[in-house]
Amino acid sequence: MLEMNKDNTQPLEYSTEQGRMNILGFWIFIGAEIMLFGTLFASYFTLEGRTGAGPTGAEIFEISPVLAETLLLLTSSFTIGLGVHAMRLGRQKAMMTFFIITLVLGAAFLSFEVYEFIHYVHEGAGIQTSAFTSILLTTLGTHGAHVTFGLFWGIMIMIQVIKRGLTPETANKSFIFSLYWHFLDVVWIFIFSFVYLKGMM
Amino acid sequence: MDFFERFMIPHPSPAIYAAMVAIVLTSIAIVVGLTYFKKWGYLWREWITTVDHKKIGIMYLISALLMLFRGGVDALMMRAQTAVPENALLDAQHYNEIFTTHGIVMIIFMAMAFIIALMNFVIPLQIGARDVAFPRLNAVSFWLYFMGAMLFNLSFVIGGSPSSGWTSYFPLAGDELSPSVGTNYYMLALQISGLGTLITGINFIVTILKMRAPGMTLMKMPMFTWSGLITNVIIVFAFPVLTVALAMGTMDRLFATNFFTTTDGGMDMLWANLFWVWGHPEVYILILPAFGIYSEVISTFSRRNLYGYNSMVASMVIISLLSFVVWVHHFFTMGQGAMVNSIFSITTMAIAIPTGIKIFNWLLTMWKGKIQFTVPMLYSLGFIPIFTIGGVTGVMLGMSAADYQYHNTMFLVAHFHLVIIPGVVFAMIAGLTYWWPKMFGFMLNERIGRWAFGFIAGGTCLAFFPMFISGLDGQARRMYTYSESTGFGFWNMLSFIGALGLAVGFILIVYNIYYSTRYASRDIGDDPWNARSLEWATHNPVPEYNFAITPQVNSSQAFWDSKKNGHTLFKGGYKEIHMPNNSGVPFVMSVFFFIFGFAFVFSMWITAVVSLIGIFACMLHRSFEKDHGHHISVAEIERTESELRGARNE
Repeated sequence: MLEMNKDNTQPLEYSTEQGRMNILGFWIFIGAEIMLFGTLFASYFTLEGRTGAGPTGAEIFEISPVLAETLLLLTSSFTIGLGVHAMRLGRQKAMMTFFIITLVLGAAFLSFEVYEFIHYVHEGAGIQTSAFTSILLTTLGTHGAHVTFGLFWGIMIMIQVIKRGLTPETANKSFIFSLYWHFLDVVWIFIFSFVYLKGMM
Repeated sequence: MDFFERFMIPHPSPAIYAAMVAIVLTSIAIVVGLTYFKKWGYLWREWITTVDHKKIGIMYLISALLMLFRGGVDALMMRAQTAVPENALLDAQHYNEIFTTHGIVMIIFMAMAFIIALMNFVIPLQIGARDVAFPRLNAVSFWLYFMGAMLFNLSFVIGGSPSSGWTSYFPLAGDELSPSVGTNYYMLALQISGLGTLITGINFIVTILKMRAPGMTLMKMPMFTWSGLITNVIIVFAFPVLTVALAMGTMDRLFATNFFTTTDGGMDMLWANLFWVWGHPEVYILILPAFGIYSEVISTFSRRNLYGYNSMVASMVIISLLSFVVWVHHFFTMGQGAMVNSIFSITTMAIAIPTGIKIFNWLLTMWKGKIQFTVPMLYSLGFIPIFTIGGVTGVMLGMSAADYQYHNTMFLVAHFHLVIIPGVVFAMIAGLTYWWPKMFGFMLNERIGRWAFGFIAGGTCLAFFPMFISGLDGQARRMYTYSESTGFGFWNMLSFIGALGLAVGFILIVYNIYYSTRYASRDIGDDPWNARSLEWATHNPVPEYNFAITPQVNSSQAFWDSKKNGHTLFKGGYKEIHMPNNSGVPFVMSVFFFIFGFAFVFSMWITAVVSLIGIFACMLHRSFEKDHGHHISVAEIERTESELRGARNE
């Protein structure tokens, strides 16, 4: 069968037909995710100024935790890139190290985000306060839920790489996970620019 | 007892109690029947755990037909209620519930399931593949759809049906004006089945892009496969919008957020916009596969190549792009202003151009062809004029200034039923009849089929043409009754008679299935229609692996070429075939989704969290399991092939 043939001219994650289909399928899934976040952003821009009796963005946004979150997530995107590079060189230990760094940075990002949410609620900007706070916390929360899911997913994939070594299957899974992680970074850049920076201006 | 009170129906009636009894009795009958005939193991092994695209297609088909009858009964009750003035068959609340569930069931659970049924069964065969790209995900798609449909239908007997229209406009759908759990069901059931649809979209795009037979370039794909590709692209880009809108609606209702409320900055029009940003592409998700079916059927029974292949593809691509930029035409009267309305008027009317191209291509395919009036062809021939009437009245509605006259009247109801019934339902029946022998190994009776067509085509015209007149006279849609002095009575009675005609037609189709199952010949060969594309090049019934040898293709009608022009489809000998294994995980995971949805509807948070953990456990199981499928040996292929060939020669 065609799909069983291994193509050794390709990197491990692309070496089987099923692996190539998984990667294409995941790219299409990312297309759907872009629509998902696109809809959230469109709704955010619509509801941004509709603060009711609640606070505006400028009143509640704080620059320092946001900068910290940005720095952490951007760095994690870089380290997972290094992880995939190590994987292509067949250096499993280095790859695992970079994956661990990535996930630790992701966890740190999340703890800042939790702090940020608590801060908003203390400022009187809960999810029920106004249309603006509803969409703000939903957009941030959807991204945060993706990162949380990614943390668990990443750990499960690392366990498989450690148990089974670098096979076409585990390499494929790791690579797809890295696409997901990069994508979350891209979304964050939009959140940073169009939610926080625009809101603080 | 307080706990159980939430499950009560807020507006009970004898019909609902009768339905409860019927559901319980049917469930008992199914359980007893399965146990008595010892079919539980068969059901589990062959169907519930299957990852075979053909079986999944057939399960979609059965579910779609069941939903067709559920939605059809709703429709009949609506027409019966409005048949005479001041009728008291249903009260206002029940009428609201019935038109709501009719819309949702027909669009989401019937039409979507029907097109996905045919795509599942046909597309892998048409491209010469062994299965779809992700067979396991395909099973997940089906079971999510199925559980979503079951959850939605449960609302009828537990907690009450949604009643704010299939569009669920806020603030009407908010918890203040729709306090029953009905709209929660709407939000959750659509969310769950929508997830299944999104997965189908991804699966089929990869399948079509990556798994075509050697030689089948994109521009040599059969037209149904082309329509499937474009449809699935629309699915992937449209459904996430619905996901977000439904999530926001759910949060507004359950967590008191302020997305679509009328206080604290909420904006009800945001729902209308998001709903139709998904909703209009959804219309094309339904109609494009239908266009694909008509292209196959018309070409086969005119004995001619499809006219204008390239322009067919181009017009579908243009329609798919335009489908995303017309959504405002669903609410021209809701305050956008003249400039925005004009822009959306123009984009709306522009869709008539690529659609017109397709109509002319079909007509030119038939031009000078040797037309055979088989049942699928009759539906295709009926489709062209009726759909054109539906379509041109759509252009009338698309003119925003004039739309103020038509909006929210029966004129609109007539328009969209006259596009969606000949467009989608006729195509589904045509496709069902056309591919039936490939699915089940015998043909449906032509004579009963022609009678059914007569009743359905005639019933459609009689049921919906009068609505144009009563609509222009001012009859509003969704009104549960009217006074005699309005003069609407006559037209509504005509509609009711037409609806009865449609019902007779559908009953005849069921009778036809029964009759043909009992009496039709099984000796029909592999290609009973003398057709043109690859699905007819394999055996009847189709073996598990579809094609013993992967076919070689050199044109968009490879099978026709092999019959008439000496093209060799199958080169070389048998090789071992790799196939995926069955799995019960998709079913189990979807059951967890069902429980999750049900718990959410009734705000039972502990159950919701537990079932969510169950869902993640299923995903985890999938991630860690080592499943490399199984191999079918050359000896086994030889055995199957000679048996199938033997069956044909007898």
